[in-house]
Amino acid sequence: MTPVQTIVAKELRSFFVSPVVYVIAAIFLAIVGLLAYWAVANASNQALRLMQIQNTYAQLNLNDMLFRPLFRSMNLILMIILPLLTMRLFAEERKLRTFELLLTSPIGVNEIVSGKFMSVLMVYAGLLSLTGLIPITLSAYATFDWRPIYLGYMALFLQGSLMLAIGLFASALTENQIIAAFLSFGFILGLWMLGALGTVVGDTTIGQILSYVSFTEHYERMIRGLLNLKDIFYYLSGIAFMWFAAHQAVDAYRWK
Amino acid sequence: MIDVQHVTKRYGNMTALDDISFSINKGEIVAFLGPNGAGKTTTMRILTGFMPPTMGTVRIADFDCLETPWEVKKRIGYLPETPPLYLELTVKEYLTFVGRIKRLHPEQLPERMDMIIAQTGLADVRGRVIGHLSRGYRQRVGLAQALLHNPPVLILDEPTTGLDPNQIIEIRDLIKNLAGSHTIILSTHMLAEATAICQRVIIIHRGRIVAVDTPEQLGAKLRESETLSLTVKESDPQLLDALHHIPGVIRVSPGSTPQTYVLETQMGRDIREELTKLVVSRNVGLLELKTQPLTLEDVFKVLTKTDNPSGPP
Repeated sequence: MTPVQTIVAKELRSFFVSPVVYVIAAIFLAIVGLLAYWAVANASNQALRLMQIQNTYAQLNLNDMLFRPLFRSMNLILMIILPLLTMRLFAEERKLRTFELLLTSPIGVNEIVSGKFMSVLMVYAGLLSLTGLIPITLSAYATFDWRPIYLGYMALFLQGSLMLAIGLFASALTENQIIAAFLSFGFILGLWMLGALGTVVGDTTIGQILSYVSFTEHYERMIRGLLNLKDIFYYLSGIAFMWFAAHQAVDAYRWK
Repeated sequence: MIDVQHVTKRYGNMTALDDISFSINKGEIVAFLGPNGAGKTTTMRILTGFMPPTMGTVRIADFDCLETPWEVKKRIGYLPETPPLYLELTVKEYLTFVGRIKRLHPEQLPERMDMIIAQTGLADVRGRVIGHLSRGYRQRVGLAQALLHNPPVLILDEPTTGLDPNQIIEIRDLIKNLAGSHTIILSTHMLAEATAICQRVIIIHRGRIVAVDTPEQLGAKLRESETLSLTVKESDPQLLDALHHIPGVIRVSPGSTPQTYVLETQMGRDIREELTKLVVSRNVGLLELKTQPLTLEDVFKVLTKTDNPSGPP
């Protein structure tokens, strides 16, 4: 086992013996399930109405009517739920003083940070794949284009990874888990609002910069089914930046 | 084995360690003795490479702590003040994790683990979750963690705090048995503990080394002024004067009640016999006569007053 694998294994073990992950998973899946149910109910209502007006069989675009709004709301839920997943990563180590064990072991800070990040990514990927049941179930009753859905899931994964990386950094700043959760929630919210501000400022240089820094524009484009390298680059660079920030925060802890 | 030269550590404006130098030979057991806040933990954290010194150099097994931290970390077993335990893991899972991050060879791990579990008396609880263990067992798991990868240097920050007397003796015996094959530094604020297990004592006070000595010599130095406390039944104004005239008495001061007297006597002069005779002859009723145990504060008072306040000889 490499050091990173050791950290990942230990983190996953800690995640699944604590009730937090199960509570988060239950809440997330319940809300997403409910939203999906409403979206389906809404779509079938619309289809019925169209049939009454046109008196023919109406073919609705489920990607537009169902999946895109669903992906959009999932993003909002993730903003609240993912900070709860990352809050313990470093804060708990600092609180319990196990940080001293890690930092006096022959193992690099980069390995610690990577291991922690990968473990939380795996938990998130598991959580996300469970929501895959929604399109799979629907495909038995309706026909729709799978490609925007793949892309939507890719967007969700990248979006979530960015939020997790932010949470990773926030957790390295404090030994209080609650503060860590609020910090990462604050960072994510701030990033989100920058997008809104960018739209208000409009199509100027500043507006474009603001929109680029925020994830809203990139996420919207991806869930609409547009694959753009620029957006993928945005997410990857954002994750790398937050990883680096977390690394610095962990390193700085020793110098205090 | 361990060589510390002119180490200073500042936190902002506060100087936690002020120009500390000492060296420790292979196989020695050395105690850091000092009250809380003296700088023991800071020194240990610097030795383990957890935190860098503001100034000065630390070398462990001829490796510099700042230049080659990995070589140093591989050779150190460290038990911090609070044992670094993951409460949700079982003892076995925890030790497996520690073995892996300490880069112990996977084939050696089960064997080392069985050995350490037996050595630290954890066999009964190896499958239990650490969070459910008592303070004494947790301390032992912490110690097991430090010993697991068989490091030549052991740094133990207050290894016996929070243990009951039997456990303290067990842990002390365990540490004594490790001497010779390991170089051990431990910190304590108990004078008795330092003298019981260590070959050398480094006394540290307000971030400075006050004395470095063997327990025997240190004891001799401290005995320069022994104090006795005397309690009689009836207070006698002339007794105070009479006490002064016993040969060997340096000073007599009244104690907490009118019937008690605190006597400071010269080193090596046991005046208890003469004192008893005197009190009995005056017929005031001898209730209690005891040598006062040296507290750490007394030690500092003595050591900072006498020679060699600045560092090792």
